[in-house]
Amino acid sequence: METLNQLALGFSVAFTPVNLMWCLVGTTLGTAIGVLPGLGPALTIALLLPITYQVAPEASFILFAGIYYGAMYGGSTTSILLNTPGESATIVTALEGNRMARSGRGGAALATSAIGSFVAGTLGTLGVAFLAPVVVKFALAFGPAEYFSLMVLAFITVSAVLGSSSVRGLTSLFIGFVIGMIGVDLQTGQPRFTFGMSELLDGVDVIIVAVGLFAVGETLYMASRRYAGKDEIVPLKGSLYMTAAEWGRSWKAWLRGAAIGFPIGAMPAGGAEIPTFLSYAIEKKLSKHKDEFGTVGAIEGVAGPEAANNASAAGVLVPMLTLGLPTSATAAIMLSAFQSYGINPGPLLLTTQANLVWGLIASLFIANVILVILNLPLIGLWVRLLKIPAPQLYAGILVFATVGTYGISQSPIDLVILYLLGAAGFLMRRFDFPTAPVIIGMILGPLAETQFRRAMTISNGDWSVFYTHKLSLTLLTLAFIGLLGPHIWAYIEHQRRRGPEHVPGDA
Amino acid sequence: MLNRRRFLMSTAAAGAAGFAALHLSPAFAQDAPQVQIFVPAAPGGGWDQTARTMDQVLRSEKLISGSQITNVGGAGGTVGLPQFINQWKGKGNSMMVAGMVMVGAIIANKSANNLTEVTPIARLTGEFEALVVPAASPFQTAADFIAALKADPTKVPVAGGSAGGSDHILFGLIAKTAGVSATNLSYVPFAGGGEALSALLGNQVAAGISGFGEFSEQVKAGALRLLAISADKPQEGIDAPTLKEAGIDVELFNWRGVFAPPGVSDADKAALVTLVETMAKSDAWATECKNRNWTPILLTGDDYAKFVTEDTARIGAVLRDLGLA
Repeated sequence: METLNQLALGFSVAFTPVNLMWCLVGTTLGTAIGVLPGLGPALTIALLLPITYQVAPEASFILFAGIYYGAMYGGSTTSILLNTPGESATIVTALEGNRMARSGRGGAALATSAIGSFVAGTLGTLGVAFLAPVVVKFALAFGPAEYFSLMVLAFITVSAVLGSSSVRGLTSLFIGFVIGMIGVDLQTGQPRFTFGMSELLDGVDVIIVAVGLFAVGETLYMASRRYAGKDEIVPLKGSLYMTAAEWGRSWKAWLRGAAIGFPIGAMPAGGAEIPTFLSYAIEKKLSKHKDEFGTVGAIEGVAGPEAANNASAAGVLVPMLTLGLPTSATAAIMLSAFQSYGINPGPLLLTTQANLVWGLIASLFIANVILVILNLPLIGLWVRLLKIPAPQLYAGILVFATVGTYGISQSPIDLVILYLLGAAGFLMRRFDFPTAPVIIGMILGPLAETQFRRAMTISNGDWSVFYTHKLSLTLLTLAFIGLLGPHIWAYIEHQRRRGPEHVPGDA
Repeated sequence: MLNRRRFLMSTAAAGAAGFAALHLSPAFAQDAPQVQIFVPAAPGGGWDQTARTMDQVLRSEKLISGSQITNVGGAGGTVGLPQFINQWKGKGNSMMVAGMVMVGAIIANKSANNLTEVTPIARLTGEFEALVVPAASPFQTAADFIAALKADPTKVPVAGGSAGGSDHILFGLIAKTAGVSATNLSYVPFAGGGEALSALLGNQVAAGISGFGEFSEQVKAGALRLLAISADKPQEGIDAPTLKEAGIDVELFNWRGVFAPPGVSDADKAALVTLVETMAKSDAWATECKNRNWTPILLTGDDYAKFVTEDTARIGAVLRDLGLA
């Protein structure tokens, strides 16, 4: 009841015309920057920080939260239509979403991602309002040992994404590890694979890798096949929005995606990318339409990850609002905005700034509604992009990818990396190596490494931390079951089926 | 089509609002100078906030007519520094925000350029660091912590920011003063204060070292215990001794200041020193510092240049002890 009263208070703050206006501005701006690969919500909010000198705290946080949620919606649009992920959290969306767009179901892919984002965003925001204290307790139980075990589980789960040939899949995964290692090693401060270039000391941005491999690589491949007359893009087949069957396949994926995204988003080292990988792997495993994955595009593979990234965006707010813990770049910048108002975000924030916090939560509900209203009608317009003739469309994608990459840090080196990776992507496509595992390796590899070394530093070199901590042991056991379970199961099935033949004397 | 038009118009309006907030200068200050501020870090961090707060205060005090802020981020400022030295040479109305982190990064990254090539104008602010432990920790005082560190440094994992950063440097200085070999220290670096904080709250590590502001709210709420601060003297409203009072002769401010490019005239240099000094003595600046937990530690001109040289030598020695340089 307490929470409901607080939420009512929040809505009374958020429903003032001025704050509604800020919410609308934020969501619109967020959608726009989500579409651009270079501009992320963290950078945008950082550039808008001076606004805190001019407007009330409630208004600026409502604006920032709108940008944050909006970017999650917008990022999927270019992933689906142009195979050019706008945000790192929407890289997975490109895998199935772009296949769907090519086979004439781009409208459905955009619709399932918008509605899925709405469903998961609303569920996640409900989670922030009602479950925050419980979730944060769970999240803090995760230390380096537990994170490492979680990464092991993630590696095993996402092996489903490796593709048909595990040798090729693993090759790609290891390329990802190497790219992920570039830069200063966090544990020792030593540079790795930087070739003496200071621009490489901070590592390579995952967006550049995704855009290079997916968008540039794909464009080069298409250009080389131009006269083979293959791979026609079908702009639209069937209805613009989702069919009944597509609704039926989407809703469970939305719920599963939200259930994965919210708790992982709330973990201090969780992030928004890992839940999208996990959701994709799970949808692929559970789907009755496995043949559509990687061919014409399976709608579950879009619905799940899109729900997961929005739920994780809500999850990030849990430690931020309850403990003052920033767990993503965007949250860190929002916290510095608190400071320019002289508000110190921390465990006391909920009691000292109830108006602000609940106003923010209420405005997240409103932002979700605005975003779905804003995005659904745009689908008809976006899908028309695919009617552009292939040469112009692909040239446009190249321009878009180049400008976006330059926008990340205005560094010409980034452009060189983009095109090198584009060439690598082309070769990988030509020789049938999957590109998605590169991204997975690049994100999961360094995380697993860092957490492993942290755990070993803390335990002073004692390996037992991984199995004496209950949570870590549970995760490792799950990973073990995931790895061996299917094989053992298949073996038992095999034995049982073969069984009767071996019964001696059986006539 | 209406949708697209409305969409574009609202985006443009929002963009214009942002632009106005950033760049429009008040019309009544036309005779005051324009300044350019170079930030060798991405928007949002400490240097960027210093630049944007300077811009805000300088304009509200009518000391300048406007300013333009340029961000070139990466590698603790060592990506931006060569650009500032080469491309901004001789520009008398420009300043770069930098600080202790850059001194460390220049040494650790073996950067080709260093701060002796730019013109020191003023040290503005500092953030002192805090040594904290989880509420459940057996350490009640800094002396308990030091005793445990002396007994077996490998059993006292300490969380903080990135390897070679200010937190790591302070840990190295504390160990050195206590007579503990820096190579045996168990330092657990985290990418940001938030992650280090969660390791402390989850009782994953024995202690934490980071900027006081990172921990202050948790200390207030009783989740962390503050053992000591690295300031030069006791601070009002903070119920903890300085490291010196606790018997560890170490003082450290994660300082931030401004530099002019190489090759500026003495007149330009003097004008910038006066400008920054006037700003730093204003009430508006004092208020901003208070809100952001920055301690004003103004030092200008030649004194500042001397300080930068000394601090570079001190940090270099610690980083060598820690095996990072």
